[in-house]
Amino acid sequence: MNLCKSFLSVAASSLPVLVVSTLVHAAEPEVDYQKQLPAAPEGQITFEPPQERDIPDNQYGDMVRKGRDLFVNTQQLRGKNVFNDQNCVNCHLDAGRIASSAPMWAAFGMYPAYRGKNDKVNTLSERLQGCFTYSMNGIPPEAGDETLVAMETYFHWLSTGAPINQALPGRGYTKLEKPEGGYDREHGAKLYTEQCAVCHGDDGSGQEVAGQVVFPPLWGDGAYNWGAGMHRVNTAAGFIKANMPLGKPDSLSNQDAWDLAVFVNSHERPQDPRRRNQESLDSTANTFHNHDGFYGKEVEGKRLGDHDNYGENPGVASK
Amino acid sequence: MTKTMRAALSLLAVTVALNTGVAVAGGDTARGENIATQGNGAGALACTTCHGPDGKGNAAAGFPDIAGLNADYLSKQLHDYAEGTRKSPIMQPFATALTEDDIQSLSAYYQSLQSPVSAVAYRAPDPANQGEWLALRGDWDNLIPACNQCHGPNGMGVGNSFPALAGQHASYLKGQILAWRNGTRNNDPNHLMKGIADRLSEQQISAITEYYAALPEQLAGQAEEKENR
Repeated sequence: MNLCKSFLSVAASSLPVLVVSTLVHAAEPEVDYQKQLPAAPEGQITFEPPQERDIPDNQYGDMVRKGRDLFVNTQQLRGKNVFNDQNCVNCHLDAGRIASSAPMWAAFGMYPAYRGKNDKVNTLSERLQGCFTYSMNGIPPEAGDETLVAMETYFHWLSTGAPINQALPGRGYTKLEKPEGGYDREHGAKLYTEQCAVCHGDDGSGQEVAGQVVFPPLWGDGAYNWGAGMHRVNTAAGFIKANMPLGKPDSLSNQDAWDLAVFVNSHERPQDPRRRNQESLDSTANTFHNHDGFYGKEVEGKRLGDHDNYGENPGVASK
Repeated sequence: MTKTMRAALSLLAVTVALNTGVAVAGGDTARGENIATQGNGAGALACTTCHGPDGKGNAAAGFPDIAGLNADYLSKQLHDYAEGTRKSPIMQPFATALTEDDIQSLSAYYQSLQSPVSAVAYRAPDPANQGEWLALRGDWDNLIPACNQCHGPNGMGVGNSFPALAGQHASYLKGQILAWRNGTRNNDPNHLMKGIADRLSEQQISAITEYYAALPEQLAGQAEEKENR
């Protein structure tokens, strides 16, 4: 399958600035921001990001630490830029360092990236804004905002010694071929109960303690929304295979990972924010969802995404 | 409890079967306290004998601190001892002597005791502090997630499957990690601890267990420092 083959990572480009502005003004419909960059090359992962004990003790270092803290504890932006229960580090393990979970050192050098589909060069800031809009179901910080400066400085530091404009082995999520026999949601449900519910809960709402999210929600209002890269079955399957359950990487078969991804991603989640500027669920699905996902599909007698629940996101930034 | 009573009860311990009746939802803490301090009169000695009057255990003997642990977690451990899926020559006879009602009451009672820590706001760990780093960031080069990723902020425990680690005696924690490693403990859900225990180095085990044992004291010190500022 084509999408599957070209699938690579969260490191896709986006049009978040447009998205923001369309929350206020009506604008032209955006195109699929998730069109993938070229695949990461095969081969040994040789790049090693620097050690945190070596972050310099100066203004640059302070900004690196600030960015890292935002990445690990993104919930500090809750209600401002983040409107769900996610932290960046949930999908980019070890503070964005691990090769199997779309590491930041491999994304940094790929931007700015020209994208034929939107005929526009996307900066790293714009890509990050996309994460806020979709994965964090949020309102992105504006370009130049210190939040983005700090995060980009952290990525810049992580990428010390990495080449510019050259895809590195380890970029993006692990690519997992779709099983030939298709996937089995029932089997995914069974696996979920056996292996995932202990952390993420039977209802996928995750777990928190003393007001802090420990295990992120996988569906429902606290989860990534219908526009996030992780709602795609192939992306989630690659992530699950390489990283889940925590501490037991690669313990699931390809089939298991796909079945689990199907089960998790065929549940309701906050509406795709691009739906605000679309006439219908059909037009949103046709414009933005020509990929491996369940948006607009019928599951257990109900059409997914057929609602106007945007989670906690108020739609416009408060001034 | 008198000495003769104790001796008599320990004789009974092995013969009394566990009542596997319907679980009592939300055990009776007063009843639990009674059993904890006096035994159940059917073979289970007073828990306080080893775990101390306040459930804090004994570091030298490796008896764990069970004060404030999640009731469902405690209940599962007692059931596992009774069924032999968790091994301990000391605990198995006592657990076997407890009825379902006893287990629920004891679990509720110990959960009600004060936990050593509560969550605090996020604070970045110090890369020079190996224990703290492992707790907050793990050692991903060796596929070891941060302990707090499952055991919660400050290792305060999460839900009914991930027990609190903060304030737990290093001797007990060390014993459990080694037990997972050599297979004598294997009642962890989905065997999540096994691989981690295998991958932790001896040195890391010392660092992480000592970190959690000292954490409540360290946090109290930090809070005081903040107040005095």
